[in-house]
Amino acid sequence: MAHKFFPKEEFLLKGHAACPGCGAALVLRHVLKALGARTILVIPASCSSVIAGPFPKSSYSVPVLHIAFAASAAAASGIVEALDKLGEKTFNVVVWAGDGGTADIGIQALSGAAERGHDIIYICYDNEAYMNTGIQKSGLTPYKAWTTTTPRGNPSFKKDMPGIMVSHRIPYVATISPAYPNDIVSKIRKAAKIRGLKYIHAHIPCPPGWRFDSSLTVRIARLAVLSGVWILYEYENGVFRLTGPSRKLVDKSKRKPIGEYLKLQGRFRHLSERDVEELQKLVDERWEAIRKDIMGENA
Amino acid sequence: MKRMVLSGNYAAAYAVKAAKPHVVSAYPITPQTTVIEKISEFVEKGELDAKVIRVESEHSAMASVIGAAAVGARVYTATSSQGLLYMYEMCWWAAGARLPIVMGVVTRAIAPPWSIWTDHSDILTLRDSGWIIMFAASAQEVYDMTLQAYRIAEEQCVSLPVAVAWDAFVVSHTYEPVDILDDEEAKDFIRPREEKSLIDFEDPGSLGNLTYPDTYQEMRYDISRAMDNALSIIRDIDEEFGKKFGRKYGGLVEKYLCGDADYIIFLVGAAGGDARVATNILRRQGVKVGICRIRSIKPFPYKEIIDVCSRAKAIAVLDRSSVFGGKGPLAVNIRAALHESGINIPVLEVVGGLGGRDISVEDFLEIFRLVIKGKKGLIWWGLKGGE
Repeated sequence: MAHKFFPKEEFLLKGHAACPGCGAALVLRHVLKALGARTILVIPASCSSVIAGPFPKSSYSVPVLHIAFAASAAAASGIVEALDKLGEKTFNVVVWAGDGGTADIGIQALSGAAERGHDIIYICYDNEAYMNTGIQKSGLTPYKAWTTTTPRGNPSFKKDMPGIMVSHRIPYVATISPAYPNDIVSKIRKAAKIRGLKYIHAHIPCPPGWRFDSSLTVRIARLAVLSGVWILYEYENGVFRLTGPSRKLVDKSKRKPIGEYLKLQGRFRHLSERDVEELQKLVDERWEAIRKDIMGENA
Repeated sequence: MKRMVLSGNYAAAYAVKAAKPHVVSAYPITPQTTVIEKISEFVEKGELDAKVIRVESEHSAMASVIGAAAVGARVYTATSSQGLLYMYEMCWWAAGARLPIVMGVVTRAIAPPWSIWTDHSDILTLRDSGWIIMFAASAQEVYDMTLQAYRIAEEQCVSLPVAVAWDAFVVSHTYEPVDILDDEEAKDFIRPREEKSLIDFEDPGSLGNLTYPDTYQEMRYDISRAMDNALSIIRDIDEEFGKKFGRKYGGLVEKYLCGDADYIIFLVGAAGGDARVATNILRRQGVKVGICRIRSIKPFPYKEIIDVCSRAKAIAVLDRSSVFGGKGPLAVNIRAALHESGINIPVLEVVGGLGGRDISVEDFLEIFRLVIKGKKGLIWWGLKGGE
């Protein structure tokens, strides 16, 4: 069913250098299918700088500006304004940045670009640590997750990056998951029609970084959504709406316990039962907050 | 041609207006601010059809003009001191990506301690980055050099970013008569940028792709060759500008009474004015002295330096920048030029004028006296309490 409205054309080419089971490759493939050939990618230092493959070839069949770690949103601002002045009318400028490039080193440039309102689709592909450099903790690493720089588990909480972007009063914020390609394509297409900075946050299971078998990427992505760890939603002009399977998960009894999601991943192997309970409690609190505060009387 | 009374910063803004960039992006820092204020005023009045991006940092200022230049736009930014250091990573990116960005740098001391006054330590941090570095000494020269910078940067055999520097306050905020080109004159000198755009949706390019050790070095060599090409381009464009508008500066260096000079001071920037006055005083006393003001720090004008030194008995080099644990950036290059050409004359290396400390006519007279005595080696000039 899903493939009915997906174009056949591929913009992420065969022979790209992503790891087997890479969630980022999966999402980028669908993002580019949704947007088509008139799309410019701006890619800061990240796995995707490498997935491109070495000069003189590129695994992306759209124009790409590779840029320094902190600079992607600013570089995209320049591209958008320049093309406008040069009279180019129909194109998408997409920042494709990792969690570190978005929530840590790149957050200042992103915040500036969002406040100025350039016509950019900014996508954070969030594999929840610095994976390209070897699994170091980022500002989007989950609480208690193992990384090479948090060998006993991450003591800090994951930043609510989409929430930060909502506070910038940008016209569109959404979350996506590689397990739900229809949802990816419809949100990206919606974003492309809206003027201003659109922020899309993708949950990206990473086999080597999260320590799971590369055949499990989609299953883990789906479990993250079904257990309510990763929530699919969108904010359109500040109005919140759950999407896809997340719509039915406000009722706790409909959500899977997070244990199944956690136990498939080596990065959570060290967790005690109490740790798992604590993480479950955090997920439940988040949903309670959604029910009460964000959904308001819609709940 | 129209004569106006402008500060160095306003002169830069008027040159940018004449160059008609598509995108101007900057972050405020003293003493650069009035450049960008003036440009914003031109844009808001409809006198310049450009997009001003009021970025949240200098890092983003450079990143955004990189993005804009990569898709074919003509761009401008300006900064100073801490701002230049903050955008430093992106400066290397601009040069490596071979983008013809023009940037104004109002030279200012680096903190701590805080200082807003002139000092060339900031601009000199760019010297290995692949930027062409030009240094002006008056508001008129800021205007002319900024316009010329676009021509140099966009020349196909160069394709490198150009920084145009001038001294904080002494030039940036000092008002002087400046001759401004008419629209027709400007159009004759500076044509629209010939786009070499990344954006071709039919045949998409990838700028900055990963390279392996088998390709990186050649790309660096290409930059080195482009720098060499810039030597003659800078000379030619100075000539062309001179023929068209009657103002010529001598290309890479401006020589003042160097022809028969026995003793020469080499320097950069606005201090050249006081040095000239000192030269005039000594010339009246029959002492053959001269001043060689370096206008192009990168590429470094070795040929011109050797030529100037070939008849000299002794020279001094003024480095108006911090020199820690080595020799000054100008001194080391001038010494290299002398060594390579077999000229063996005393070189007095003067480090001074830091953080805006004035170097007066009297100072230059004293430096000349030391040069005449054959003093050599490195001295910190005018230290309170002595060395």
